[in-house]
Amino acid sequence: MDAESLLLSLELASGSGQGLSPDRRASLLTSLLLVKRDYRYSRVLFWGRILGLVTDYYIAQGLIEDQLAPRKTLYSLNCMEWSLLPPATEEMVEQTSVVKGRFMGDPSHEYEHVDLQKVNDGDKVFEEEIVVRIKEETRLVSIIDQIDKAVAVIPRGALFKTPFGPVHVNRTFEGLSMSEAKKLSSYFHFREPVELKNKTLLEKADLDPSLDFMDSLENDIPKGSWSIQMERGNALVVLRSLLWPGLTFYHTPGTKNCGYIYVGTGEKNIDLPFML
Amino acid sequence: MGDPQQDPELSYQQSARQRSSQDQGRSREQSLSQATVPQETQQLPLDAQVLSGITETPESQAPLQGWAQGAGLSQYDNSAVSQGGVQYLSMSAGFPADFQRQTYVDEGRVQATHNADFMLQQLQRGQGNLLQQLESSFQDPRPNYLGQFNAYQREDSQFGQGTQHGPYTRDDPALQFSSSELSFMPFDMEVSEPEPRELAVQNAKAYLQQTSVSCDLSLYEHLVNVLTKILNQRPQDPLSILESLNRTAQMEWFHPKLDTLRDDPEMQPTYEMAEKQKALFVRGGSGEGEQEVEEEPLETAVPNVMESAFYFEQAGVGLSSDESFRIFLALKQLVDQQPIHTCRFWGKILGLSRSYLVAEVEFREGEEDVEEEEVVEELTEGDVLDMHGEEEGEEDEEKVSDFLPKRTWKPPPVIPKEESRLGANKYLYFVCNEPGRPWTKLPHVTPSQIVQARKIKKFFTGHLDAPVISYPPFPGNEANYLRAQIARISAATHISPLGFYQFGEEEGDEEEEGGAGRDSFEENPDFEGIAVLELVDSMANWVHHTQHILPQGRCTWVNPLQKKEEEEELGEEEEKADEGMEEVEQEIGPPLLTPLSEDAEIMHMSPWTSRLSCSLCPQYSVAIVRSNLWPGAYTYATGNSRTSTLAGATSTVRRTSTRPCQPPFSRSTPAAQRSWR
Repeated sequence: MDAESLLLSLELASGSGQGLSPDRRASLLTSLLLVKRDYRYSRVLFWGRILGLVTDYYIAQGLIEDQLAPRKTLYSLNCMEWSLLPPATEEMVEQTSVVKGRFMGDPSHEYEHVDLQKVNDGDKVFEEEIVVRIKEETRLVSIIDQIDKAVAVIPRGALFKTPFGPVHVNRTFEGLSMSEAKKLSSYFHFREPVELKNKTLLEKADLDPSLDFMDSLENDIPKGSWSIQMERGNALVVLRSLLWPGLTFYHTPGTKNCGYIYVGTGEKNIDLPFML
Repeated sequence: MGDPQQDPELSYQQSARQRSSQDQGRSREQSLSQATVPQETQQLPLDAQVLSGITETPESQAPLQGWAQGAGLSQYDNSAVSQGGVQYLSMSAGFPADFQRQTYVDEGRVQATHNADFMLQQLQRGQGNLLQQLESSFQDPRPNYLGQFNAYQREDSQFGQGTQHGPYTRDDPALQFSSSELSFMPFDMEVSEPEPRELAVQNAKAYLQQTSVSCDLSLYEHLVNVLTKILNQRPQDPLSILESLNRTAQMEWFHPKLDTLRDDPEMQPTYEMAEKQKALFVRGGSGEGEQEVEEEPLETAVPNVMESAFYFEQAGVGLSSDESFRIFLALKQLVDQQPIHTCRFWGKILGLSRSYLVAEVEFREGEEDVEEEEVVEELTEGDVLDMHGEEEGEEDEEKVSDFLPKRTWKPPPVIPKEESRLGANKYLYFVCNEPGRPWTKLPHVTPSQIVQARKIKKFFTGHLDAPVISYPPFPGNEANYLRAQIARISAATHISPLGFYQFGEEEGDEEEEGGAGRDSFEENPDFEGIAVLELVDSMANWVHHTQHILPQGRCTWVNPLQKKEEEEELGEEEEKADEGMEEVEQEIGPPLLTPLSEDAEIMHMSPWTSRLSCSLCPQYSVAIVRSNLWPGAYTYATGNSRTSTLAGATSTVRRTSTRPCQPPFSRSTPAAQRSWR
């Protein structure tokens, strides 16, 4: 959610039950402003909160002008002092995929993972147990990256693409209409498109290249991994991801307010197909 | 008097331009001045700077400037316009000879008319000139565009007044001068060929004004709309948002929002919900005026939802405050409708298409039994039918010689569900989807449902009658599944500080059937509160105040082999086979009010996390305990060592999903609050 409309956004996203306490809200308002100034971001998003056993991580992201460019991620333990996280690489994601369970809450905590590796020692081949240490910070980076790639949502029309390449915020976005807001096809993944080129020419003919340049949510597998609901007496549409439980996207139809927040344990719901 | 007819054609172009600039000047002056007399045409521009901004051809500029100088002189001559005009014109030096001479010829009004005629001609012949005029006016830095448009219209009216045969003069040169007594022929009466430039401008304008087949809007009109919009709204950086303004203007034209006859069909459901919620806000019975004076605050079963919402907000948990208030009103509605003794907001469970708000209630004594009896009767009837069926089956088997192999498998005995107000069925639960919608009562939970619910993990859809399709199959629909989850969550996560509740004075033997020990508690009147820091530090300061559910699915153990009254009628043969086969162990669970430190670990993790709500001000903080087993279950307590404490054990559960190793997320808010004084 945008740091500029933080209070309103937190109100709208509160239907999931998790929010922020007043002291955290106050510190966020101040500190995100300073982050924007110090790092020279054009937009700062409050990404959400990852619940750890001891403490929680508060995550923010900074964007430059081009909305689809890689974002900088920052984390904080007390909503005041923010530290920059390194960008996620594929190795990190692989490495941390073996770690399961909750986050500890301590960024320097190391998970120990015992790995069996084959070691060639001359003619003999035997397996050795190697203890791999994975830092929690690395895990944090990769989880945030996975969540962003999988379930970050933006409504259709909120961004537009210029012919030169950069993607801008659409200032004339008036919000989705009520009928559009209830359809999953009006929401896109907020990331570089992956499936767009696989569409048939017939489908592509109906698309508007300046608005429809990202993947839509309706083709997500498994089908039904998004729960779309109207709240507040039909005045607010809320999308919740069932794959990463804790991600809430809210939008008021007819207005510009939209955004997403993740408040959860940072664990993927692998049992999703069984639960539907 | 000189000869006015001096080579009109040669100087036509010159004069035309001059006239255009003259018109321009005049119109500008018209906008500046306030007189609306038709004789305005003679009023001259007051502001020399205006004229200097005109990018006309140099030849026309010179006379204009001269003219302007003259204008300054006759500025105060507004009333006697015509005369002044005449005089002025006579004074200007650099004026084109022909025109000047013309002014000498006539008296004021005639002159005015004559000039008006010229202007009209000018107008009709060269619309392009005016367009040129318009264009040059845009280049002018002075923001006088509106005046320009107004001037155009005013010129129109003047022509209406001044000339009697306005639009026709073009075709009939002779008519143009019928009203005038001029003896000379104006130099421009002959229809000369329009300049190529004018022609081009006319063509361009005609092209811009054409409308396409599909829409009524021409580009010309659209551009006018956009420009008007920009000029009205005066945005900061119009060039950068030009495209979006363009699009918006088009949309507004084609999709006007005014429809006074019909309601917007899309907003219908929203309005309906708003109506329902409005009903919540209406006080039942008495009107507004009476409420303050007559009614005393009664003891009501409705809990103080707002207060607990405040404390939960400190923990960073909970719905927004207006939602909490609506829940409060909905609970009030529930209390009015049902005979309720105590009521509590348990929490919210998120579903796929709708969510559930759950209220935990206790009925008043005696209210509930009626419904229970009905249910019991149905069951016994069903049993009787079954027994008959089995007897007939046995008879058949004896008659037929080649018998089918008999089933030796007997279904496991059905464990009877607990009585209401006991164990897992201690409270009744009502659910509704949204505040304003009616509350539905959930049925009591049976042990088999709890046992099965432990094995499956399904999302809630939001509809109570939806089937739960799972493996192993769940006996019941979503309402039963919901109830089972609520029971599990309550049993696992309802905690309170040590000492808040204590056991009653006298209790039955522990060796009674079931062996569950004490199963009732009451509040401790001597509770003094525990400091918040201590509550956070050690889990031994917290205890469970709900009964643990045994693996059997009940809180009190029942030996399933004992109840065999029904089966005795079946056939003694079968029964003998069963005897002695199973010995069921008595299941024992932790007794009531055991501290949390005794809870089993989950995957090397403590099942509870506790912290202060705000580290910056520990004096006023609230102790928050969060369950790691059921994500979304929260409990808060405040301790104040000086005065009595407000110990509230409240938890909110977020969503239900089952995991094989860990119980699901769920969201419930049980609130057992008392304020102590």
